[in-house]
Amino acid sequence: MSEGPLLAVNGLGKRFGGFVALENIDLAINPGDRLGLIGPNGSGKSTLVNCLCGTLRNETGTVLFDGRNMEGMIAHQRTRLGLARSFQLPKPFHTLSLNDNIRVPLLYTVNARHGQPHMTDAQIAERCSELLTDVGLADKATRLPRDLTQVEMRKLELARAVATQPRLLFADETMAGLSPSEVEEILAVLFRLNQQGITIVLIEHIMSAVMKFSTRLVVLVAGHKIADGDPQEAMRNPEVERAYLGE
Amino acid sequence: MSRSVWWLTATLCTAAFLVVTRLWIQNEYYYFAAYVVLQYIVLSTAWNILGGYTGYTNFGTGAFFALGAYSSVVLHKMGAVPLPVMILVGGVISGIVGLGTGYLTLRLRGVFFAIATLAITIVVQTFIVNWDYVGGSRGVYIIRPAEAPLIGTYIQYLYTLMIILSLISVGIARSIEGSRLGLGFAAIRDDELAAEAGGVPTLRLKLIATTLSGGLMGMAGAPLPYYVTYLDPTSSFSLAYAVNSVAMPVIGGMTSWIGPVIGSILLGTIQQLATVTISSALNLLIVGLLLIAFVIIAPNGIVGLVRSWRGKDRR
Amino acid sequence: MFVSLDLLINAIVAGILLGGFYAAVSVGITISFGMLDIANIAQPAFILLGSYAAYVFNQSYGIDPIVIGILMMPPFYLLGMAVYELYYHAFERRGDQAIQGLAFFFGLLFVGEVSLVLVFGVDYRFVEAGYIGPSLKFWILDLPLRMLIPCVVSLLMIGALQMFLSRSFLGRAILAVSQDGQALQLMAASPRRIKRAAVGISIATCSLAGAFLIIIQPVEPSIGRDYIGRIFAICVLGGMTSFPGMLAAAMLLGVVESITATFYGPSWAPAVAFGLLLVTLAVRPAGLAGR
Repeated sequence: MSEGPLLAVNGLGKRFGGFVALENIDLAINPGDRLGLIGPNGSGKSTLVNCLCGTLRNETGTVLFDGRNMEGMIAHQRTRLGLARSFQLPKPFHTLSLNDNIRVPLLYTVNARHGQPHMTDAQIAERCSELLTDVGLADKATRLPRDLTQVEMRKLELARAVATQPRLLFADETMAGLSPSEVEEILAVLFRLNQQGITIVLIEHIMSAVMKFSTRLVVLVAGHKIADGDPQEAMRNPEVERAYLGE
Repeated sequence: MSRSVWWLTATLCTAAFLVVTRLWIQNEYYYFAAYVVLQYIVLSTAWNILGGYTGYTNFGTGAFFALGAYSSVVLHKMGAVPLPVMILVGGVISGIVGLGTGYLTLRLRGVFFAIATLAITIVVQTFIVNWDYVGGSRGVYIIRPAEAPLIGTYIQYLYTLMIILSLISVGIARSIEGSRLGLGFAAIRDDELAAEAGGVPTLRLKLIATTLSGGLMGMAGAPLPYYVTYLDPTSSFSLAYAVNSVAMPVIGGMTSWIGPVIGSILLGTIQQLATVTISSALNLLIVGLLLIAFVIIAPNGIVGLVRSWRGKDRR
Repeated sequence: MFVSLDLLINAIVAGILLGGFYAAVSVGITISFGMLDIANIAQPAFILLGSYAAYVFNQSYGIDPIVIGILMMPPFYLLGMAVYELYYHAFERRGDQAIQGLAFFFGLLFVGEVSLVLVFGVDYRFVEAGYIGPSLKFWILDLPLRMLIPCVVSLLMIGALQMFLSRSFLGRAILAVSQDGQALQLMAASPRRIKRAAVGISIATCSLAGAFLIIIQPVEPSIGRDYIGRIFAICVLGGMTSFPGMLAAAMLLGVVESITATFYGPSWAPAVAFGLLLVTLAVRPAGLAGR
């Protein structure tokens, strides 16, 4: 176990043809952090998550997870190392029951890691049950994702990401379009996960939730990081104000 | 039904069916016709492993099937090789080609894989057409051995082998369903990006599916030279194999091992009967139209229709 | 190996003329697949339909096949619209069901080919026109008119389409939909109607392309299969959405095929396009992955 940050990003850059999506991003995430990542639409938040999780390849910069260089690692390898993400638009396995939706990540991460005890079928079934209960979906365990409400889909997304036993979780706009009480539900889940020891990066537009949750705030505008630090201070930063005034 | 119970039941039923038909049916025509239907059981089950289970459409059944047939031709010319060995070799060769095709194209979207499989058929066919050792475009004559290794005629021997091959391929499909591998396949089919993010090594699993699928198709093709006795590229690479191996699982139902079996028996039998009564072109037209109709109206096939009639919406 | 310069130059020029024809055959798929992501693998069936339409009217009434090709464009346009509507109701509306969509078009390709066999049989059919036969000869070049004229008309057609796409409202709407279907909904234009028109245009080009085909060579129903690889190879190589790219790719393919046929024999020609396609797919993932 290294002493430094859990995730160390240096000089990360990503372009799509001629369009520069991210430029020179430096970021250090420490274990236990609750990091808020905000920025106007199109500022590159999701692109950053995609690069860090291995869905996209960054052209420049290094990403070190727990001291380990992730160069060349594709998404499933990073997930197995402990880096998980939920998707902005929930992507459930639509022909599989909720139980099976949780079983897939369990079978392919927890049971695929070296040096970790192999879970038996019975243990896996129990763990599925636990994870679904944690997000309040236990009574729909045998149903299909199409039977879920919006907020329930988001919870399933989170449960799937948590099933991989991550050390770091990117929650990508899990609260978009939800009612205030539903936002509170999701926030409660995220707080609990953080208390259990999972470092969380919250990518969100709902400022009240971000301010309530984050111990640190990072602001992205047009592919550049313009603020990084205490949430209250970051919000008072004139550049940040300018970026949001146009919204 | 647990897996071992299934295997036991299936093996017993198959063995019983084999014994009963061999004892009671003397009409050679039955064996010729049944061989084709059984061949399609193997082909459509093989197709479904990659298509229905994993979500990748393969239009190149002809290539993998014909490669199995032509590898048998090569072995036949080289010496006295027993047919079961030829079947294994055919499977290995087609499996390797499947692996290669997959490796080249599976990092791209499913559409490009499908188009690449069409391309593979033409490329392999062109090579065979230009290879005189196996007869090139003129084709090659294969003489059936005078004596069959088991009791009965040679055609009955081919029938027996194909029954065993059907059992093996359906058994493999059944074993995949509900296994860790099968769940991984389903995750890839439903949402590949989410599967990858969930720790599923998608490329590796897709390559397994392609290799397995191609290999089984090659095995189905290996006995073909002895069945037809005259093998030529035009008929062995025929698009009819591709259409049938897509139509049968689609019509039968792509989510279960039983779908391709139902589809093959249904369509295969209809085609065998139709070929003697109507022209083979009209026969194929009907298959094509049924494919289109089912894809639009009943995309989950007969299995899907039965499930919704029985009100099954839970798994 | 002694390579005759005459032979090589003629092979290259023949390849360029062939490329012009190939471009006509591929422009439809560039619109429907390259721009709109509708993998219409049945496109060759529609091209053959165009060829047989030219055959029927040419044999019955003696009309020039290219004229038939142009006159048949409106009915083909309507056919294309009908095909899109069917596709839309069956698949696009239900969400992304990739396998079913592909199986649908595959079924269509197959049904098309078999129907042609049932109606016309498997014999080769050809058309008659004054320019099939004579060649234009100058310097060391020997340009068969039956290749030259389709190539020229094809370039005109593609040029007209390019102008249509960049100048007219419908054309620019098609380009917009190809980049972002949702943006158009905000403009109160219906992406469905625009896609329908685009697929209509895509099939309409088959009418003329089919006429070119039967001018260049006699046709029979199964030659459609050779063209699947060609048109997708050209579309992919050409960068999916660009007409100039497609044209260059078509010329490249034409030249490579022509040289292969001249020096190695025509039986290798089909493998060229497909081989090129496989190589392209293997080597150009950046433009194609996750699009």
